Amino acid sequence: MSTAKPTMEILQYGFMQRALMAGILISITCGVIGTYVVVRRMVFISGGISHSAFGGIGLGYLVGIDPVLGAMLFAIGAALGVGAISRRTRLPEDTAIGILWAVGMALGIIFIGLSPGFAPDLFGYLFGNILSVSFSDLIIMVALTALMLVVVSLLFKEFLSLSFDEEFAKVSGVPTGWLYLILIVLIALSVVVLIRAVGIILLIALLTIPAAISRQFVSSLKKMMLLSTLLSIVFVVSGLWLSYVLDIASGATIILFSGIMFLASLGLSRWRRRSVSSKG
Amino acid sequence: MSNGVVNVATEEVVRLEDVWVRFDGVAILEGIDLSVYQNDFLGLIGPNGGGKTTLLKVVLGLIRPSQGKVTVLGSTPERGRRFVGYVPQYSLFDRDFPASVWDVVLMGRLGQVGRFRRYSEEDKKAALNVLEMVEMLDFKGRQIGRLSGGQQQRVFIARALVSEPKLLLLDEPTASVDAPMMEEFYELLNRLKQRMAIVLVTHDLSAVSIYVDTVGCLNRKLFYHHSKEISAEDLEAVYQCPIELIAHGVPHRVLSEHG
Repeated sequence: MSTAKPTMEILQYGFMQRALMAGILISITCGVIGTYVVVRRMVFISGGISHSAFGGIGLGYLVGIDPVLGAMLFAIGAALGVGAISRRTRLPEDTAIGILWAVGMALGIIFIGLSPGFAPDLFGYLFGNILSVSFSDLIIMVALTALMLVVVSLLFKEFLSLSFDEEFAKVSGVPTGWLYLILIVLIALSVVVLIRAVGIILLIALLTIPAAISRQFVSSLKKMMLLSTLLSIVFVVSGLWLSYVLDIASGATIILFSGIMFLASLGLSRWRRRSVSSKG
Repeated sequence: MSNGVVNVATEEVVRLEDVWVRFDGVAILEGIDLSVYQNDFLGLIGPNGGGKTTLLKVVLGLIRPSQGKVTVLGSTPERGRRFVGYVPQYSLFDRDFPASVWDVVLMGRLGQVGRFRRYSEEDKKAALNVLEMVEMLDFKGRQIGRLSGGQQQRVFIARALVSEPKLLLLDEPTASVDAPMMEEFYELLNRLKQRMAIVLVTHDLSAVSIYVDTVGCLNRKLFYHHSKEISAEDLEAVYQCPIELIAHGVPHRVLSEHG
């Protein structure tokens, strides 16, 4: 640690303030949407949506719009596509996801190849660079996070029922088909929020790890969302600090730190269960 | 029925007319005709794979018949199911799912509450009532996965009852219930049958003989005469094995000789 730089003064940099702001926003997203991803077992579909968003990044470079907007377009398209395919055809959902996953990435590569010049910051979209979050990125993130929170608070009990027992929800008169579509579109939006920070390849880990840890320790969905959000903030800030101190990539550091914490949580929850059962 | 002088005692809650269900050309249900009336307590028996669960799902509108007509409370199954309580066969929900008993029971009220609304005082009162009825009020805050199989089943029954249904469909509800609780469970159904029609899919032939009012046998085709009697021929046709093999387990009251 002899190479450690003074940590407090880094907070004075604008890019660092924006990074922390972005960290809080992605943590809210991971806490709320990640909870659904984990309890309803939608990790694979989330991976498919995020990777297919690469096609949109490429399109952004090609036609000269913000790649994040292109990513949003593709992510929503992929979400609706998977939803439609699994509802209307007999193709298993994971097959549809696998296809969209790779086709989206292939499109991205072709688009980038066709774009004139080189693609600046491409690595950042793939693996994240939270230090390069711009003010306009932040505005998009704030808007999407707010939208997600509104939708989730309006449909909280319906989403709970859908996640717990879809068949019963349907029998109770809940329009499960529509709700499922809304839920995967929310996942698509969360992908957009997360892209700048951890990149489309790594974001699936941040979407799932905090929620997967929380689930071992809470008894309600709301508490799980809250705890996941807090954990995510801790992971992002710690990862960011570590990456600064060690001078390594921020996105990858955040993910690695989260992964290590996940392993630790498994040990903790095992120990906790054992001590509970030995008491009883 | 629609002339205003409906005979309440015999109001028809379910009507199936020549209902066929085929999956990939294989018939699961063949030409089912069935009427269930308001005060019926119908026990459905039959071998595994005989289509019992499929029949319930047709009534719930979860499976659309390939042919035939289904009427639930004078309407389509999709509209009618608001008034139907459903207890699925042991639910394969995730035992770590972060939901309490209270959360799960309230899910049964989703058909009553408007979209974007919170549960009302009335919803909560209904939930308290049914939890008390199934004697699970003390476990209201417990995570659903931390209950025993029998306790979970009681919660799922409460979830089905909380919407105050006119028809209750139970799919092998005693599969995970231990013997001492079984009697209690049937006593509960006995009390409920005054308020709603009940269709019980079960393997428990002794329960059928004691508690239900009418018995139907299902193996792709339905043998049902709106009575508690099943002829030996019906049973043989349904189970497709010599009657001696099963008559042993069937209490005499179910067999026709008893009259």
